[in-house]
Amino acid sequence: MPHVKCLQCRECKSEYPVEPLNVCEFCFGPLEVSYDYHSVAKSVSRKSIESGPNTMWRYHDFLPVEKDSAVDISTGFTPLIHAKNLGRQLGLDHLYIKNDSVNPTFSFKDRPVSVTTTKALEFEFEVLACVSTGNLMGSVAAHGAKAGMETIVFYPADLEQGKIQGAAVYGPTMVAVEGTYDQANRFCSELADAHRWAFVNINMRPYYAEGSKTLGYEVAEQLGWKAPDHCVVPGASGELHTKIWKGLEEFEGAGLIDKAKTKMHLAQAEGCAPIVEAFESGNNQVKPVRPKTIAKSLAIGNPAAGPYSLEVLRDTGGTGIFAYENSIIDGIRLLAETEGIFTETAGGVVISSLKRLVKQGKIKKDEVTVAFVTGNGLKTLETMGDFVAPIETKPDLDTFQTKLSSRKD
Amino acid sequence: MSVSVRIPTPLRKVTNGEDKANADGDTVGAIIASLDSQFPGIKSRLCDDNGELRSFVNIYVNGEDIRFMDGMESGVSSGDEISIVPAVAGGR
Repeated sequence: MPHVKCLQCRECKSEYPVEPLNVCEFCFGPLEVSYDYHSVAKSVSRKSIESGPNTMWRYHDFLPVEKDSAVDISTGFTPLIHAKNLGRQLGLDHLYIKNDSVNPTFSFKDRPVSVTTTKALEFEFEVLACVSTGNLMGSVAAHGAKAGMETIVFYPADLEQGKIQGAAVYGPTMVAVEGTYDQANRFCSELADAHRWAFVNINMRPYYAEGSKTLGYEVAEQLGWKAPDHCVVPGASGELHTKIWKGLEEFEGAGLIDKAKTKMHLAQAEGCAPIVEAFESGNNQVKPVRPKTIAKSLAIGNPAAGPYSLEVLRDTGGTGIFAYENSIIDGIRLLAETEGIFTETAGGVVISSLKRLVKQGKIKKDEVTVAFVTGNGLKTLETMGDFVAPIETKPDLDTFQTKLSSRKD
Repeated sequence: MSVSVRIPTPLRKVTNGEDKANADGDTVGAIIASLDSQFPGIKSRLCDDNGELRSFVNIYVNGEDIRFMDGMESGVSSGDEISIVPAVAGGR
Protein backbone atom coordinates (compact mmCIF):
# COMPACT_ATOMS: atom_id res chain seq x y z
CA MET A 1 0.00 0.00 0.00
CA PRO A 2 2.79 2.37 -0.87
CA HIS A 3 0.62 5.30 -1.97
CA VAL A 4 -2.04 5.44 0.76
CA LYS A 5 -1.66 8.15 3.38
CA CYS A 6 -4.69 7.74 5.65
CA LEU A 7 -8.46 7.80 5.79
CA GLN A 8 -9.97 11.26 5.79
CA CYS A 9 -13.44 12.60 6.50
CA ARG A 10 -14.92 14.01 3.34
CA GLU A 11 -16.79 16.66 5.34
CA CYS A 12 -14.56 17.96 8.16
CA LYS A 13 -11.24 16.57 6.84
CA SER A 14 -10.36 14.81 10.13
CA GLU A 15 -7.77 12.11 9.53
CA TYR A 16 -7.92 8.48 10.64
CA PRO A 17 -5.57 5.50 10.42
CA VAL A 18 -5.99 2.93 7.65
CA GLU A 19 -8.41 0.66 9.49
CA PRO A 20 -11.88 -0.82 8.96
CA LEU A 21 -13.67 2.46 9.71
CA ASN A 22 -16.27 4.28 7.66
CA VAL A 23 -17.78 7.08 9.72
CA CYS A 24 -16.19 10.23 11.12
CA GLU A 25 -16.76 10.30 14.85
CA PHE A 26 -16.94 14.10 14.88
CA CYS A 27 -19.47 14.83 12.16
CA PHE A 28 -20.67 11.41 10.89
CA GLY A 29 -19.27 12.25 7.46
CA PRO A 30 -18.04 9.41 5.25
CA LEU A 31 -14.35 8.48 5.39
CA GLU A 32 -12.38 8.24 2.17
CA VAL A 33 -8.96 6.89 1.27
CA SER A 34 -6.39 9.64 0.89
CA TYR A 35 -3.38 9.02 -1.40
CA ASP A 36 0.03 10.51 -1.99
CA TYR A 37 -0.61 11.40 -5.61
CA HIS A 38 2.98 12.49 -6.27
CA SER A 39 4.06 9.00 -5.43
CA VAL A 40 1.31 7.50 -7.63
CA ALA A 41 2.27 9.71 -10.58
CA LYS A 42 5.92 8.72 -10.26
CA SER A 43 5.20 5.01 -10.39
CA VAL A 44 2.66 4.79 -13.24
CA SER A 45 2.81 5.42 -16.95
CA ARG A 46 0.62 4.48 -19.88
CA LYS A 47 3.16 1.79 -20.66
CA SER A 48 3.22 0.28 -17.16
CA ILE A 49 -0.57 0.10 -17.16
CA GLU A 50 -0.73 -1.39 -20.67
CA SER A 51 1.63 -4.16 -19.63
CA GLY A 52 -0.53 -5.07 -16.62
CA PRO A 53 -3.14 -7.85 -16.47
CA ASN A 54 -6.33 -7.60 -18.55
CA THR A 55 -8.37 -6.94 -15.42
CA MET A 56 -9.10 -3.95 -13.19
CA TRP A 57 -5.85 -4.78 -11.35
CA ARG A 58 -3.82 -3.13 -14.12
CA TYR A 59 -4.68 0.04 -12.11
CA HIS A 60 -3.24 -1.37 -8.92
CA ASP A 61 -1.31 1.82 -8.09
CA PHE A 62 -4.57 3.74 -7.73
CA LEU A 63 -6.15 1.19 -5.36
CA PRO A 64 -5.76 1.04 -1.56
CA VAL A 65 -4.20 -2.42 -1.22
CA GLU A 66 -0.75 -3.98 -0.96
CA LYS A 67 1.10 -4.95 -4.08
CA ASP A 68 0.44 -8.46 -5.47
CA SER A 69 -2.23 -9.43 -2.99
CA ALA A 70 -5.38 -9.07 -5.08
CA VAL A 71 -8.33 -11.43 -4.71
CA ASP A 72 -9.12 -11.46 -8.40
CA ILE A 73 -11.75 -13.52 -10.20
CA SER A 74 -10.86 -11.71 -13.43
CA THR A 75 -12.93 -8.59 -12.96
CA GLY A 76 -12.88 -5.58 -15.20
CA PHE A 77 -11.26 -4.45 -18.42
CA THR A 78 -14.70 -5.08 -19.87
CA PRO A 79 -15.53 -4.15 -23.47
CA LEU A 80 -16.10 -0.56 -24.58
CA ILE A 81 -18.23 -0.99 -27.66
CA HIS A 82 -18.71 1.57 -30.42
CA ALA A 83 -22.51 1.38 -30.57
CA LYS A 84 -23.00 2.32 -34.22
CA ASN A 85 -26.55 0.95 -34.57
CA LEU A 86 -27.92 2.55 -31.44
CA GLY A 87 -25.95 5.71 -32.22
CA ARG A 88 -27.56 5.92 -35.66
CA GLN A 89 -31.03 5.63 -34.11
CA LEU A 90 -30.30 8.33 -31.57
CA GLY A 91 -28.32 10.58 -33.91
CA LEU A 92 -24.92 10.15 -32.25
CA ASP A 93 -21.76 9.39 -34.26
CA HIS A 94 -19.55 8.46 -31.33
CA LEU A 95 -21.71 6.56 -28.87
CA TYR A 96 -19.97 3.89 -26.78
CA ILE A 97 -21.42 1.32 -24.41
CA LYS A 98 -19.25 0.34 -21.45
CA ASN A 99 -20.54 -3.19 -21.01
CA ASP A 100 -19.86 -4.05 -17.38
CA SER A 101 -22.53 -6.73 -17.33
CA VAL A 102 -19.90 -9.25 -18.47
CA ASN A 103 -17.97 -9.25 -15.20
CA PRO A 104 -17.60 -12.63 -13.41
CA THR A 105 -20.84 -12.22 -11.42
CA PHE A 106 -22.48 -10.15 -14.15
CA SER A 107 -22.42 -6.68 -12.63
CA PHE A 108 -19.98 -3.86 -11.88
CA LYS A 109 -20.11 -4.84 -8.19
CA ASP A 110 -17.19 -7.19 -8.76
CA ARG A 111 -14.95 -4.11 -8.91
CA PRO A 112 -15.61 -2.73 -5.40
CA VAL A 113 -15.92 -6.23 -3.94
CA SER A 114 -12.58 -7.36 -5.35
CA VAL A 115 -10.88 -4.41 -3.62
CA THR A 116 -12.81 -4.97 -0.38
CA THR A 117 -12.09 -8.70 -0.19
CA THR A 118 -8.40 -8.06 -0.78
CA LYS A 119 -8.41 -5.46 1.97
CA ALA A 120 -10.40 -7.70 4.32
CA LEU A 121 -7.65 -10.33 4.08
CA GLU A 122 -5.02 -7.67 4.78
CA PHE A 123 -6.93 -6.69 7.92
CA GLU A 124 -7.03 -10.41 8.83
CA PHE A 125 -10.80 -10.66 8.88
CA GLU A 126 -12.12 -14.19 8.76
CA VAL A 127 -15.70 -13.29 7.84
CA LEU A 128 -16.90 -11.35 4.80
CA ALA A 129 -20.46 -9.98 5.00
CA CYS A 130 -22.88 -7.71 3.18
CA VAL A 131 -26.48 -6.59 3.03
CA SER A 132 -27.87 -6.62 -0.47
CA THR A 133 -30.77 -6.97 -2.85
CA GLY A 134 -28.93 -9.10 -5.35
CA ASN A 135 -25.96 -7.93 -7.41
CA LEU A 136 -23.78 -7.21 -4.43
CA MET A 137 -24.43 -10.42 -2.58
CA GLY A 138 -23.66 -12.59 -5.59
CA SER A 139 -20.33 -10.82 -5.92
CA VAL A 140 -19.52 -11.01 -2.21
CA ALA A 141 -20.34 -14.72 -2.11
CA ALA A 142 -18.11 -15.40 -5.13
CA HIS A 143 -15.16 -13.41 -3.79
CA GLY A 144 -15.55 -14.93 -0.32
CA ALA A 145 -15.34 -18.37 -1.92
CA LYS A 146 -12.24 -17.42 -3.91
CA ALA A 147 -10.56 -15.95 -0.83
CA GLY A 148 -11.45 -18.95 1.34
CA MET A 149 -13.31 -16.74 3.80
CA GLU A 150 -16.46 -17.50 5.73
CA THR A 151 -19.19 -15.45 4.07
CA ILE A 152 -22.55 -14.21 5.36
CA VAL A 153 -25.04 -12.36 3.20
CA PHE A 154 -28.17 -10.62 4.46
CA TYR A 155 -31.10 -9.85 2.17
CA PRO A 156 -34.73 -8.81 2.44
CA ALA A 157 -36.83 -11.97 2.68
CA ASP A 158 -39.06 -11.18 -0.32
CA LEU A 159 -36.17 -11.14 -2.81
CA GLU A 160 -36.54 -12.89 -6.17
CA GLN A 161 -35.55 -16.56 -6.24
CA GLY A 162 -33.03 -16.08 -9.06
CA LYS A 163 -30.96 -13.64 -7.07
CA ILE A 164 -31.06 -15.82 -3.97
CA GLN A 165 -29.83 -18.85 -5.90
CA GLY A 166 -27.29 -16.75 -7.78
CA ALA A 167 -25.60 -15.99 -4.46
CA ALA A 168 -26.31 -19.26 -2.62
CA VAL A 169 -24.46 -21.31 -5.23
CA TYR A 170 -21.12 -19.97 -3.92
CA GLY A 171 -21.86 -21.44 -0.50
CA PRO A 172 -22.30 -18.46 1.86
CA THR A 173 -24.50 -18.43 4.94
CA MET A 174 -27.74 -16.89 3.70
CA VAL A 175 -29.78 -14.72 6.08
CA ALA A 176 -33.30 -13.69 5.02
CA VAL A 177 -34.30 -10.58 7.00
CA GLU A 178 -37.99 -9.82 7.41
CA GLY A 179 -38.93 -6.41 5.99
CA THR A 180 -37.62 -4.04 3.31
CA TYR A 181 -34.04 -3.44 2.14
CA ASP A 182 -33.88 -0.24 4.19
CA GLN A 183 -34.84 -2.17 7.32
CA ALA A 184 -32.28 -4.87 6.57
CA ASN A 185 -29.69 -2.18 5.98
CA ARG A 186 -30.38 -0.47 9.30
CA PHE A 187 -30.26 -3.83 11.07
CA CYS A 188 -26.88 -4.62 9.51
CA SER A 189 -25.47 -1.22 10.46
CA GLU A 190 -26.26 -2.14 14.05
CA LEU A 191 -24.95 -5.67 13.59
CA ALA A 192 -21.65 -4.40 12.19
CA ASP A 193 -21.04 -2.76 15.58
CA ALA A 194 -21.45 -6.08 17.35
CA HIS A 195 -19.22 -8.45 15.30
CA ARG A 196 -15.73 -8.32 13.92
CA TRP A 197 -16.83 -8.95 10.36
CA ALA A 198 -15.74 -7.24 7.18
CA PHE A 199 -19.10 -5.76 6.12
CA VAL A 200 -18.28 -4.69 2.59
CA ASN A 201 -20.77 -1.83 2.39
CA ILE A 202 -20.50 -0.76 6.03
CA ASN A 203 -17.19 -0.80 7.92
CA MET A 204 -15.21 -1.55 4.73
CA ARG A 205 -16.97 1.11 2.72
CA PRO A 206 -14.01 3.47 2.13
CA TYR A 207 -12.11 0.66 0.37
CA TYR A 208 -15.21 -0.70 -1.32
CA ALA A 209 -16.02 2.64 -2.93
CA GLU A 210 -12.54 2.90 -4.50
CA GLY A 211 -13.11 -0.11 -6.75
CA SER A 212 -15.62 1.75 -8.90
CA LYS A 213 -12.99 4.29 -9.98
CA THR A 214 -11.57 1.64 -12.30
CA LEU A 215 -14.55 2.13 -14.64
CA GLY A 216 -13.34 5.69 -15.24
CA TYR A 217 -9.74 4.57 -15.87
CA GLU A 218 -10.79 1.87 -18.30
CA VAL A 219 -12.99 4.12 -20.37
CA ALA A 220 -10.20 6.69 -20.70
CA GLU A 221 -7.62 4.06 -21.63
CA GLN A 222 -9.97 2.34 -24.10
CA LEU A 223 -10.74 5.64 -25.83
CA GLY A 224 -7.02 5.99 -26.52
CA TRP A 225 -6.06 7.78 -23.29
CA LYS A 226 -8.75 10.41 -23.56
CA ALA A 227 -11.69 11.38 -21.36
CA PRO A 228 -15.04 11.28 -23.19
CA ASP A 229 -17.20 14.39 -23.70
CA HIS A 230 -20.13 12.79 -21.87
CA CYS A 231 -20.75 9.97 -19.41
CA VAL A 232 -24.26 8.70 -18.65
CA VAL A 233 -24.16 6.83 -15.35
CA PRO A 234 -26.96 5.07 -13.45
CA GLY A 235 -27.68 6.53 -10.00
CA ALA A 236 -28.64 4.70 -6.79
CA SER A 237 -26.50 5.88 -3.86
CA GLY A 238 -24.73 8.27 -6.27
CA GLU A 239 -21.38 6.66 -5.45
CA LEU A 240 -20.67 5.18 -8.88
CA HIS A 241 -21.24 8.57 -10.52
CA THR A 242 -18.79 10.33 -8.18
CA LYS A 243 -16.20 7.56 -8.44
CA ILE A 244 -16.11 7.42 -12.25
CA TRP A 245 -15.44 11.15 -12.16
CA LYS A 246 -12.79 10.66 -9.47
CA GLY A 247 -11.14 8.08 -11.74
CA LEU A 248 -10.96 10.56 -14.63
CA GLU A 249 -9.61 13.30 -12.35
CA GLU A 250 -6.95 10.99 -10.95
CA PHE A 251 -5.82 10.00 -14.44
CA GLU A 252 -5.58 13.68 -15.31
CA GLY A 253 -3.64 14.37 -12.10
CA ALA A 254 -1.19 11.60 -12.88
CA GLY A 255 -0.58 13.04 -16.35
CA LEU A 256 -2.06 10.01 -18.11
CA ILE A 257 -4.73 12.03 -19.93
CA ASP A 258 -5.28 15.70 -20.79
CA LYS A 259 -7.73 17.76 -18.79
CA ALA A 260 -11.02 15.90 -18.41
CA LYS A 261 -13.88 18.10 -19.62
CA THR A 262 -16.43 15.33 -19.35
CA LYS A 263 -20.03 16.22 -18.58
CA MET A 264 -21.06 13.66 -15.97
CA HIS A 265 -24.79 12.95 -16.39
CA LEU A 266 -26.70 10.97 -13.77
CA ALA A 267 -29.66 8.75 -14.71
CA GLN A 268 -32.27 7.69 -12.17
CA ALA A 269 -35.65 6.01 -12.50
CA GLU A 270 -38.75 8.21 -12.26
CA GLY A 271 -39.97 6.21 -9.26
CA CYS A 272 -36.79 6.82 -7.27
CA ALA A 273 -35.01 9.99 -8.36
CA PRO A 274 -34.06 11.89 -5.19
CA ILE A 275 -30.75 13.18 -6.60
CA VAL A 276 -32.31 14.30 -9.88
CA GLU A 277 -35.11 16.05 -7.98
CA ALA A 278 -32.56 17.95 -5.86
CA PHE A 279 -30.62 18.83 -9.03
CA GLU A 280 -33.72 20.16 -10.77
CA SER A 281 -34.88 22.21 -7.80
CA GLY A 282 -31.40 23.62 -7.15
CA ASN A 283 -31.09 22.16 -3.64
CA ASN A 284 -27.80 21.10 -2.08
CA GLN A 285 -29.48 18.55 0.14
CA VAL A 286 -31.17 15.44 -1.13
CA LYS A 287 -34.62 14.81 0.27
CA PRO A 288 -35.21 11.09 0.79
CA VAL A 289 -38.06 9.40 -1.08
CA ARG A 290 -39.82 6.07 -0.81
CA PRO A 291 -38.71 4.11 -3.86
CA LYS A 292 -41.40 2.94 -6.24
CA THR A 293 -39.59 1.72 -9.32
CA ILE A 294 -39.11 -1.47 -11.30
CA ALA A 295 -35.36 -0.67 -11.32
CA LYS A 296 -34.74 -2.35 -7.99
CA SER A 297 -30.96 -2.15 -8.15
CA LEU A 298 -31.36 1.66 -8.26
CA ALA A 299 -34.04 1.86 -5.55
CA ILE A 300 -32.19 3.72 -2.82
CA GLY A 301 -34.49 6.39 -1.44
CA ASN A 302 -31.90 7.95 0.85
CA PRO A 303 -28.70 8.09 -1.23
CA ALA A 304 -25.59 8.39 0.96
CA ALA A 305 -23.45 9.98 -1.76
CA GLY A 306 -26.29 12.20 -3.00
CA PRO A 307 -24.71 15.55 -2.04
CA TYR A 308 -21.41 14.59 -3.71
CA SER A 309 -23.17 13.41 -6.81
CA LEU A 310 -24.90 16.82 -6.98
CA GLU A 311 -21.49 18.46 -6.69
CA VAL A 312 -20.17 16.42 -9.62
CA LEU A 313 -23.24 17.27 -11.70
CA ARG A 314 -22.73 21.00 -11.09
CA ASP A 315 -18.92 21.02 -11.36
CA THR A 316 -18.87 19.18 -14.68
CA GLY A 317 -21.94 20.73 -16.32
CA GLY A 318 -23.74 17.39 -16.27
CA THR A 319 -27.49 16.89 -16.12
CA GLY A 320 -29.50 14.90 -13.60
CA ILE A 321 -32.17 13.14 -15.60
CA PHE A 322 -34.77 10.49 -14.95
CA ALA A 323 -36.22 7.76 -17.14
CA TYR A 324 -40.00 7.40 -17.13
CA GLU A 325 -40.99 4.11 -15.52
CA ASN A 326 -42.84 3.00 -18.65
CA SER A 327 -39.74 3.61 -20.80
CA ILE A 328 -37.31 1.43 -18.85
CA ILE A 329 -38.22 -1.84 -20.55
CA ASP A 330 -38.18 -0.02 -23.92
CA GLY A 331 -34.60 1.05 -23.11
CA ILE A 332 -33.60 -2.53 -22.35
CA ARG A 333 -35.13 -3.79 -25.60
CA LEU A 334 -33.68 -0.97 -27.68
CA LEU A 335 -30.14 -1.81 -26.52
CA ALA A 336 -30.73 -5.52 -27.06
CA GLU A 337 -32.23 -5.05 -30.53
CA THR A 338 -29.57 -2.64 -31.78
CA GLU A 339 -26.37 -3.79 -30.10
CA GLY A 340 -27.00 -7.35 -28.95
CA ILE A 341 -26.53 -6.46 -25.28
CA PHE A 342 -29.15 -7.56 -22.75
CA THR A 343 -28.99 -5.37 -19.66
CA GLU A 344 -30.99 -5.24 -16.46
CA THR A 345 -33.40 -2.46 -15.53
CA ALA A 346 -30.60 -0.08 -14.44
CA GLY A 347 -29.24 -0.26 -18.01
CA GLY A 348 -32.74 0.40 -19.32
CA VAL A 349 -32.79 3.54 -17.20
CA VAL A 350 -29.47 4.64 -18.71
CA ILE A 351 -30.50 4.07 -22.34
CA SER A 352 -33.87 5.71 -21.90
CA SER A 353 -32.26 8.69 -20.12
CA LEU A 354 -29.63 8.95 -22.85
CA LYS A 355 -32.44 9.26 -25.36
CA ARG A 356 -33.95 12.13 -23.37
CA LEU A 357 -30.58 13.89 -23.06
CA VAL A 358 -30.12 13.80 -26.84
CA LYS A 359 -33.67 15.05 -27.38
CA GLN A 360 -33.04 17.94 -25.00
CA GLY A 361 -29.94 18.90 -26.97
CA LYS A 362 -27.61 18.14 -24.06
CA ILE A 363 -25.49 15.78 -26.18
CA LYS A 364 -24.42 16.70 -29.71
CA LYS A 365 -24.01 14.42 -32.71
CA ASP A 366 -20.21 14.57 -32.92
CA GLU A 367 -19.44 14.31 -29.19
CA VAL A 368 -17.90 11.21 -27.64
CA THR A 369 -20.47 9.71 -25.29
CA VAL A 370 -20.16 6.70 -22.99
CA ALA A 371 -23.26 5.03 -21.54
CA PHE A 372 -22.58 2.70 -18.61
CA VAL A 373 -24.37 -0.63 -18.59
CA THR A 374 -23.66 -2.14 -15.20
CA GLY A 375 -25.71 -5.32 -14.85
CA ASN A 376 -26.94 -8.32 -16.84
CA GLY A 377 -30.52 -8.63 -18.06
CA LEU A 378 -30.89 -12.25 -17.00
CA LYS A 379 -30.93 -10.99 -13.41
CA THR A 380 -34.20 -9.10 -13.83
CA LEU A 381 -36.10 -11.31 -16.26
CA GLU A 382 -39.29 -11.06 -14.19
CA THR A 383 -39.56 -7.33 -14.93
CA MET A 384 -39.66 -7.87 -18.69
CA GLY A 385 -43.31 -8.92 -18.63
CA ASP A 386 -44.99 -11.02 -21.25
CA PHE A 387 -43.48 -9.62 -24.44
CA VAL A 388 -42.77 -12.82 -26.34
CA ALA A 389 -45.25 -13.62 -29.13
CA PRO A 390 -43.92 -16.65 -30.98
CA ILE A 391 -45.24 -18.04 -34.23
CA GLU A 392 -46.93 -21.25 -33.19
CA THR A 393 -46.72 -23.92 -35.82
CA LYS A 394 -46.99 -27.61 -36.48
CA PRO A 395 -43.74 -29.14 -37.72
CA ASP A 396 -45.03 -28.80 -41.24
CA LEU A 397 -43.64 -26.62 -44.05
CA ASP A 398 -46.95 -25.39 -45.49
CA THR A 399 -48.41 -24.43 -42.12
CA PHE A 400 -45.27 -22.58 -41.25
CA GLN A 401 -45.04 -20.72 -44.57
CA THR A 402 -48.66 -19.59 -44.26
CA LYS A 403 -48.17 -18.37 -40.74
CA LEU A 404 -44.90 -16.66 -41.61
CA SER A 405 -46.36 -14.71 -44.52
CA SER A 406 -49.45 -13.72 -42.57
CA ARG A 407 -47.11 -12.44 -39.86
CA LYS A 408 -45.21 -10.38 -42.41
CA ASP A 409 -48.43 -8.76 -43.70
CA MET B 1 -41.63 9.71 29.49
CA SER B 2 -38.64 7.43 29.01
CA VAL B 3 -37.48 5.83 25.80
CA SER B 4 -34.51 3.69 24.88
CA VAL B 5 -31.95 5.03 22.39
CA ARG B 6 -29.41 2.91 20.49
CA ILE B 7 -26.01 4.56 20.33
CA PRO B 8 -23.79 3.71 17.31
CA THR B 9 -20.05 3.10 17.67
CA PRO B 10 -18.87 6.59 16.56
CA LEU B 11 -20.80 8.16 19.46
CA ARG B 12 -19.78 5.77 22.20
CA LYS B 13 -16.78 7.84 23.23
CA VAL B 14 -19.31 10.47 24.27
CA THR B 15 -21.50 7.95 26.11
CA ASN B 16 -18.60 6.38 28.01
CA GLY B 17 -18.86 3.25 25.91
CA GLU B 18 -22.60 2.69 26.49
CA ASP B 19 -24.47 1.29 23.48
CA LYS B 20 -27.88 2.15 24.89
CA ALA B 21 -29.19 5.11 26.83
CA ASN B 22 -32.52 6.15 28.30
CA ALA B 23 -33.82 9.61 27.56
CA ASP B 24 -36.93 11.67 28.36
CA GLY B 25 -39.07 13.77 26.06
CA ASP B 26 -42.09 13.64 23.80
CA THR B 27 -40.38 14.63 20.55
CA VAL B 28 -37.13 13.51 18.92
CA GLY B 29 -35.74 17.01 19.50
CA ALA B 30 -36.50 16.76 23.20
CA ILE B 31 -34.91 13.31 23.36
CA ILE B 32 -31.70 14.68 21.85
CA ALA B 33 -31.71 17.54 24.37
CA SER B 34 -32.18 15.00 27.16
CA LEU B 35 -29.26 12.93 25.82
CA ASP B 36 -27.12 16.06 25.66
CA SER B 37 -27.74 16.83 29.32
CA GLN B 38 -26.52 13.32 30.22
CA PHE B 39 -23.69 13.26 27.70
CA PRO B 40 -22.61 16.83 26.97
CA GLY B 41 -21.58 17.34 23.34
CA ILE B 42 -23.70 14.61 21.80
CA LYS B 43 -26.12 17.09 20.26
CA SER B 44 -23.39 18.89 18.33
CA ARG B 45 -22.36 15.55 16.84
CA LEU B 46 -25.90 14.88 15.60
CA CYS B 47 -27.06 18.35 14.62
CA ASP B 48 -25.58 21.28 12.71
CA ASP B 49 -25.39 24.85 14.01
CA ASN B 50 -29.03 25.47 13.09
CA GLY B 51 -30.17 22.50 15.14
CA GLU B 52 -30.99 20.50 12.00
CA LEU B 53 -30.05 16.83 11.81
CA ARG B 54 -26.73 16.43 9.96
CA SER B 55 -27.05 14.95 6.49
CA PHE B 56 -25.09 11.82 7.38
CA VAL B 57 -27.14 10.90 10.45
CA ASN B 58 -30.35 8.88 10.29
CA ILE B 59 -32.69 8.64 13.28
CA TYR B 60 -35.40 6.00 13.40
CA VAL B 61 -38.38 5.74 15.75
CA ASN B 62 -39.46 2.10 15.88
CA GLY B 63 -37.70 1.56 12.56
CA GLU B 64 -39.30 4.57 10.82
CA ASP B 65 -36.95 7.26 9.42
CA ILE B 66 -37.88 10.59 11.08
CA ARG B 67 -37.41 12.35 7.74
CA PHE B 68 -40.62 10.61 6.73
CA MET B 69 -42.28 11.75 9.98
CA ASP B 70 -42.05 15.28 11.36
CA GLY B 71 -38.26 15.44 11.62
CA MET B 72 -37.12 16.73 15.00
CA GLU B 73 -40.76 17.38 15.91
CA SER B 74 -41.67 13.70 15.45
CA GLY B 75 -43.60 12.47 18.46
CA VAL B 76 -42.34 9.66 20.68
CA SER B 77 -44.14 7.79 23.41
CA SER B 78 -43.09 5.69 26.31
CA GLY B 79 -41.55 2.39 25.27
CA ASP B 80 -40.57 3.53 21.76
CA GLU B 81 -37.20 2.43 20.42
CA ILE B 82 -35.00 5.09 18.90
CA SER B 83 -32.00 4.23 16.74
CA ILE B 84 -29.24 6.57 15.69
CA VAL B 85 -27.58 5.14 12.58
CA PRO B 86 -24.84 6.59 10.40
CA ALA B 87 -25.96 6.97 6.77
CA VAL B 88 -23.86 4.34 5.05
CA ALA B 89 -26.34 3.10 2.50
CA GLY B 90 -25.26 2.38 -1.03
CA GLY B 91 -24.08 -0.70 -2.74
CA ARG B 92 -26.85 -3.22 -2.86
